[in-house]
Amino acid sequence: MNWISNYVRPRINSIFSRREMPENLWTKCDECGTMLFHRELAENLNVCTSCGHHMAMRPRARFRALFDAGVFSEVAVPQPMPDPLHFRDQKKYPDRMKAAQKATGEKEAMLVAQGEIGRTPVVAAAQDFSFMGGSMGMYVGNAIIAAAQRAVETKRPLILFSAAGGARMQEGILSLMQMPRTTVAVEMVKEAGLPYIVVLTHPTTGGVTASYAMLGDIQIAEPGALICFAGPRVIEQTIREKLPEGFQRAEYLLDHGMLDRVTHRKDMREELITLTRMLMGLPPAVKGDLPAPGAALPDADTEAQQSEPAQG
Amino acid sequence: MTIYLDFEKPLAELEGKAEELRAMARSGEGVDLEEEAAALDGKAAAMLAQLYKDLTPWRKTQVARHPQRPHCIDYVEALFSEFTPLAGDRNFAEDQAVIGGLARFDDRPVMVIGHEKGHDTQTRLERNFGMARPEGYRKAIRLMQMADRFGLPVITLVDTPGAYPGKGAEERGQSEAIARSTETCLGLGVPLVSVIIGEGGSGGAVAFATANRVAMLEHSIYSVISPEGCASILWKDAEKMREAAEALRLTAQDLKKLGVIDRIVPEPLGGAHRDAEATIGAVGEALGAMLGELGGQSRDKLRADRRQKFLDMGTKGLAA
Repeated sequence: MNWISNYVRPRINSIFSRREMPENLWTKCDECGTMLFHRELAENLNVCTSCGHHMAMRPRARFRALFDAGVFSEVAVPQPMPDPLHFRDQKKYPDRMKAAQKATGEKEAMLVAQGEIGRTPVVAAAQDFSFMGGSMGMYVGNAIIAAAQRAVETKRPLILFSAAGGARMQEGILSLMQMPRTTVAVEMVKEAGLPYIVVLTHPTTGGVTASYAMLGDIQIAEPGALICFAGPRVIEQTIREKLPEGFQRAEYLLDHGMLDRVTHRKDMREELITLTRMLMGLPPAVKGDLPAPGAALPDADTEAQQSEPAQG
Repeated sequence: MTIYLDFEKPLAELEGKAEELRAMARSGEGVDLEEEAAALDGKAAAMLAQLYKDLTPWRKTQVARHPQRPHCIDYVEALFSEFTPLAGDRNFAEDQAVIGGLARFDDRPVMVIGHEKGHDTQTRLERNFGMARPEGYRKAIRLMQMADRFGLPVITLVDTPGAYPGKGAEERGQSEAIARSTETCLGLGVPLVSVIIGEGGSGGAVAFATANRVAMLEHSIYSVISPEGCASILWKDAEKMREAAEALRLTAQDLKKLGVIDRIVPEPLGGAHRDAEATIGAVGEALGAMLGELGGQSRDKLRADRRQKFLDMGTKGLAA
């Protein structure tokens, strides 16, 4: 309790902590605490170079890494009625939406695209956890239906990357109704004889897991991803005991027969190419990086031709 | 003995007093207290009507969870004949939170499936308060598929706080079981009609209620999350459940406006528990009417219409 501890030390600390943490350039791994340089991290697909922890990856970054030469065209998603319940908690739902749109630069929590992977035409949908926790509302439902319809029209496999805290409470019952709606979408793809592959990323929980994210012909998860219906905190409160190490993580689900595979992000693209080609009855893919397909995409009929770089 | 909800306290006093007066008269004091008792009855009836005229969403939630509310078993016993419960998921266990089996409705064979909450401490524990584990959903899937094979309509009665959030349930694939159950509902080539008789709790309810026709009892609720759960997440305070219940639009009246349900089954004044027989009768009529609407439709049409119904959902909003 003197001027050194009260005044000098905080000053020194603040100077140092500022120097240690230049904003935007460094990301701290939430698993091992290593500071990772942003460029290196992006090159490594947002996987910690030190411990292999898979950090969140935004849809555009994921699609750039997934599609041949990073080229894809966005599939338009019908805009649902905004704020159907006039929902208001501590904030109005439209205000929360605006804040999320501003923070993420995206319209909503799911992006749908088509393109080629290893010269295999596919439709892909990816959920954006940074947009209101990736939560499933009417837009996400519409996105999955649009993705399924496009897959059926163009006879392409559908690959879906899930990431969500669950249903969007601000849309009340209508978010719950996305469980049957998205299940109808999955059925359309399956009835057309097309593969539906789900890649579960951290975290995939609640109503999302209990609908389209668990209905894949093949279920692949990224290492360490939390995948569950009820979250660990809810369960601990219910049963009042500590849960085992690794409970509800991808590897645990694999052990319990709930997944086909747990695959490192760097191998995911190759694996998706291999699987989709076999399921589509196509010859083995030519491996390795491929140049962009011809100048014009065969069916680039929607607004966005190529995405702007976005950070993961 | 009626159990009173917190907002019914003044009513409890009135009805209690009337009861006391009658007891006094019966004990043979020779005084005629019937007139006074009848006056109190009149007052109580007026108060009951007043209380239930415009129940708030939170009060409806309380009524929907009333411990004396008729449960699945009560409906099955009263509305069906030859009910033959069928048990087990053929994989792991028999889940008593879900009852299901063959029965006759209006003499016609059907498959009836529902959540059962139990009616006293012991049965509530056995039934796990109506919170099904994966085995419950897998049993339902098995029974629905059987009904489909034999061309029997499926009737589901929904009354669950939600799917059980437990360790074993998660390990055995709670989410997969719910997803498959919804998928099975959507694939059925037979009529599927559903009535939400109490609580329609989230995915655990959808797994049974993805039906051609969905009805709700007047004071039942159907929601993506419980008001308490929503309050603790969005308000960071579980005590804000009244506000959350309001915002979630979980009442039968709002859900009808949103086009999520097809019909509302009226309850007796004061809630289903005040006249179980009348409530069950009204549900029976609704079931008959809904099955009648679907009679004679082809397998393909039943399936296609059911899908379209859910694809179209969300195009109707609430008027401001």
